[in-house]
Amino acid sequence: MKLKSIALAAAMAAIGFGAQAEGLKVGMITTLSGGGAGLGIDVRDGFMLAMKQAGRDDIEVVIEDDQRKPDVAVQLADKMIQSEKVDVLTGIIWSNLAMAVVPAATAQGKFYLSPNAGPSALAGKRCHPNYFNVAWQNDNLHEAAGAYAKEAGYKNSFILAPNYPAGKDALTGYKRTYGGGLAGEVYTKLGQTDYAAEIAQIRASGADSVFFFLPGGMGIAFLKQYADSGVDLPVVGPAFSFDQGILQAVGEAAMGVINTSQWNKDIDNAANKAFVDSFQAEYGRLPSLYASQGFDTANLLISASAKADVADQDAFRAALKAAEFDSVRGDFKFGPNNHPIQNIYVREVIKEGEVYTNKIIGTALTDHADAYAAECKM
Amino acid sequence: MPAYLIVEQLLNGLQFGVMLFLSAAGLTLIFGVMGLINLAHGSLYMIGAFAAAAVAGATGSFLLALAASLAAAAAAGVLVEVLVIRRLYDRDHLDQVLATFALILIFSEGTRWIFGSFPLFLDIPAALSGPVTLPGGIQYPLYRLTIIGVGLAIAAGLFLLIARTRIGIRIRAGEADRDMIAALGVDISKLYTLVFALGAALAGLSGALVGAIQSVQVGMGEPVLILAFVVIVIGGIGSIKGALVGSLLVGLTDTFGRILLPVLFGTFMDPAAATSVGAALASMSIYVLMAIVLVLRPTGLYGRA
Repeated sequence: MKLKSIALAAAMAAIGFGAQAEGLKVGMITTLSGGGAGLGIDVRDGFMLAMKQAGRDDIEVVIEDDQRKPDVAVQLADKMIQSEKVDVLTGIIWSNLAMAVVPAATAQGKFYLSPNAGPSALAGKRCHPNYFNVAWQNDNLHEAAGAYAKEAGYKNSFILAPNYPAGKDALTGYKRTYGGGLAGEVYTKLGQTDYAAEIAQIRASGADSVFFFLPGGMGIAFLKQYADSGVDLPVVGPAFSFDQGILQAVGEAAMGVINTSQWNKDIDNAANKAFVDSFQAEYGRLPSLYASQGFDTANLLISASAKADVADQDAFRAALKAAEFDSVRGDFKFGPNNHPIQNIYVREVIKEGEVYTNKIIGTALTDHADAYAAECKM
Repeated sequence: MPAYLIVEQLLNGLQFGVMLFLSAAGLTLIFGVMGLINLAHGSLYMIGAFAAAAVAGATGSFLLALAASLAAAAAAGVLVEVLVIRRLYDRDHLDQVLATFALILIFSEGTRWIFGSFPLFLDIPAALSGPVTLPGGIQYPLYRLTIIGVGLAIAAGLFLLIARTRIGIRIRAGEADRDMIAALGVDISKLYTLVFALGAALAGLSGALVGAIQSVQVGMGEPVLILAFVVIVIGGIGSIKGALVGSLLVGLTDTFGRILLPVLFGTFMDPAAATSVGAALASMSIYVLMAIVLVLRPTGLYGRA
């Protein structure tokens, strides 16, 4: 008995030692329970699909649930860095959690690859050579919505977003490219589910269009109530309220709505086609933009680890920055602040058979970089 | 601000208040009769919404969906009362909070286990969709008017139940002196199960009605739970009349806070800052209301000292 456990311990130590000596260890902290778990699950599934396809068993991934709570995320990051000894962290969905975890992780010499959150501070003054955002800077999709509104000739938009940092980034982003007048600008409570008062204001405001950023359940509630109110002004928004995970819950109310995204399932390239097919085959549902971001994040990591050992930080960083992987978005490269330079598309909600989904109808911004790169000194 | 907008916002406030009443009524009934703090009340609301979405998806009938929400929430209520809550009546409130908080986690993860993490679809029935034109030219969604009607009818029904029926007499007696009513031969444990099921069914119905215009997802019950507690603290714990008045006060305060405060700050600040400050203060308005009520009447508007 005793001999057996010693042998076991020795074997475990050998495995543990082996993994540390040559492998790459990744810690994924993402939201897998509570409200908003759908986003984290999509990022995780996209990420793990890429890992499985690459067949790289030398890359070990540890996955933990942050419950959408900053304090939990910080604890998990500490645990992963100190006792799991991960080399790379990834996975965080929400900007407030990213602000709590990322600066501390990069300061301890870890790499952080963001599959979603892109708060303006981390793109500008507090940028870091070890922090790479594979999704977008928070303002980007809203800037694209503003560009679309300008091109569509809207002159008097009513704009609304929740009263928290990403909501303010959203309205700032829209106004940066839109350039027209505002019929109203409203901040709602985060988590608000009844928008009757705001819709009445929209009706009375004389606006010619509505821009809104209300992620998750807030967007579902707003769209259903808006469709039922009889106000029929054109609506434009970022992809977050129209992604594959929630469109089915909105239903008919979302039909024809214009939204902006850096990815869609009909972007025509081989990597994307293979991704959409294999994701559907593996999980039995269509991928969302969050899944595409998770998939790209994993492929970026795999491409860098094929070229350099993570122990050689400078070489690994250069390999990440080169971004030599086949992104499902097509062309993809990093700007000077390690944030993407990419096209952002205009999509329209359509129905394919019984499933609501999006199709691309144009390009809002070409090779778009974020507005904070100039503030980043590294 | 034009008059028709004010009338429309009044209706919005009324409708929000009525929705709150449906969840707060069950909570205040349970607290008043059994002295139990039930944090899992929001989970019963969620169960009602999920049952309605599942049945509406399978059958396409909204009436069946409402019936399912009542049945599922009442059944969950009975189950929970018999298995867990019954053991907590004699414990202090802290134990009740701990146990019912655990129930929230169990119900949330259980629901995710059965239905998955993505929101479900539940739509307004075709007959009630779209706006109607009210006298004065106001366009208002028919479904919201229906919610106001249903809520007020349930409020009237509850008053009659409590004031005019034998069960109502027992419930009131149970509130006043539970030992005495047990000594008089009333089966108090059956009465408690019944009251708990009634409160749960109301929460479930409210979840289904509201789910049709909001989103049916795991965790939808917790924000409602907090508002329902605010309502019963304002109205006076245990009082149905208090729950109704408290709900309407909270509904109107919240709605008018959201539209008037940004305008008010806009008169002396620049617009961008005014909307931001106004929105921040508006989200506090109901808690300020609660604080004012508690200063003036520490037991709530209709609470007994």
